[in-house]
Amino acid sequence: MTETPGQTVGPFFHHALAYAGDSELVPFGSAGSVVLHGHVYDGAGTPVPDAMIEIRQADASGVVPAVGGSLRRRGAGFTGWGRSCTDSAGRYWFSTVEPGLPFFAVTVFARGLLNRLFTRIYLPGADGAMDGLVAEREPDGRLRFDIHLQGPSETVFFKFPRT
Amino acid sequence: MRLSVQWKTTVDGGRCGCLAFDRVTTSQHEISDEIAKLQADSPKGAPLLDFPPYRSTLLRHPTKELQLVDPEGAELLAPVFGHSDVDAVEADLTLQRGGEPIGERIRVHGRVLDGDGRPVRRQLVEIWQANAAGRYSHQGDQHPAPLDPNFTGVGRCLTDDDGWYSFTSIKPGPYPWRNHHNAWRPAHIHFSLFGTDFTQRLITQMYFPGDQLLALDPIAQSITDPGALSRLIATYDHAQSEHEWLLGYRWDIVLTGSHATYLEPSDD
Repeated sequence: MTETPGQTVGPFFHHALAYAGDSELVPFGSAGSVVLHGHVYDGAGTPVPDAMIEIRQADASGVVPAVGGSLRRRGAGFTGWGRSCTDSAGRYWFSTVEPGLPFFAVTVFARGLLNRLFTRIYLPGADGAMDGLVAEREPDGRLRFDIHLQGPSETVFFKFPRT
Repeated sequence: MRLSVQWKTTVDGGRCGCLAFDRVTTSQHEISDEIAKLQADSPKGAPLLDFPPYRSTLLRHPTKELQLVDPEGAELLAPVFGHSDVDAVEADLTLQRGGEPIGERIRVHGRVLDGDGRPVRRQLVEIWQANAAGRYSHQGDQHPAPLDPNFTGVGRCLTDDDGWYSFTSIKPGPYPWRNHHNAWRPAHIHFSLFGTDFTQRLITQMYFPGDQLLALDPIAQSITDPGALSRLIATYDHAQSEHEWLLGYRWDIVLTGSHATYLEPSDD
C-alpha cells in the first residue's frame, strides 16, 4: 500500500503534544538517572525554538519495553519513550537511564521541516557507533548531543529500507 | 520578489550564506510560479524537504543525502500506549470545556493501516487544530481572530482492534501566515501517528475536500505528486453525518511498512 505523506509539525504544536513529564522517562534526579540534552540548530547556527525531539530506547538491561504509561507516568514503569519540545533557546532534555543497547533512537520534528527526520545518539564508547552520532560525556555526568538540521556540522539523518 | 544574500557566522565559526526573501513583497503569483517549476521537475510522493516556496525550510532542511540504515534494537519497536494513557472523552473536542464551541460540528473517522495493509491496533492518534475562526489556542498564534473559550482544538484516541479511529470536533477555519503576502493556510487538522515500529512514526496534516487554498499552499504543494497529495484530503462521508447534529468525513491513513516482519530483498 502507498503510504500517507508527512507534513510539517508547524509552529503551534506545544499545547497539543507537550505534557507533564513528557521528557522524564525516569524522575529527574532519581537514583541511576542521567540527563541527555542538547540544542537544535538551523543552517545558520541559530537555535531552533520550535522543534520537538522524541527518543525510544532500551532499559538499562537492554530490553526495549512494550508497556503503556508514557502519557501519564505517575506510578508507571519505565516505558522507553519520551518527548521534549525545544525551549526558547532551542534546548531539549530528557531524564532517563543509559540504555543497555548502544544508542537512543531519535525522531526530529520542527516548523520549517516538512517531514520527520530519524537519527541515533550513541553512548560514549559504544562499540560500532556511527561517526558523528556519539554523545559527549560532560564532567557532571550528563550526556550532550546537539542536532544540526543543516550546515557544516549537519547531523547524519537516516532513511530505512521501508521509509 | 526581492532576494539578497545574508552572511552569518555559524556556531562552529564557519560562515554561511543564506538567501533572504522579502516576505512582504513576494506575491502569491510568484510563490505559485516557484511551486509550478519545482513540481515540473520531479513529482514526488513524499514532501520535498528542500522546498523554497515554504520559506522556513531554507535553513532547516538537511543538504546531505539521508543515510540508509537497517533498523535495529529500539528502532524495531514503537512505544506502546494504553487506556491508562488516554481517556475516551479526549476523542470529543466539543466536550472538553464548559460549553459548546462555535462552528460546524464534524466527525472525522478512518482507519490506520501499515504499508502491508495490516490494521494498526490500539495505537495512539493525537490531533490538534485551529478553531472555527482559524485561531489556535496557542500563545504563539497572534492572528487577530477570536479565541473560543470552549475549544482547545486538542484531541487523542487509541485505534480500535481493527485500526479505526474517530474524533468529534469543529471544522477548523483557514488562517493567514507570513510566508508571503496574503498567504493563507487551507483548513487542516494535524495528525500524529505511531505504528508498531519506531520507524513508522508520522506527523502530517489532513485537509478538507474542495478547498481552493490547497493549490496555493506551499506546505501542501511540497508533495509534488498530486496523487500523493490527494491522500491527505478527506472525503465527505454522508453515512457518518448525523441528522440535525454533524457532518462526517472519512480519512484513512497508511503508515510505512513494518521492518519487524520484513525480509530484505536479495541483491544477488
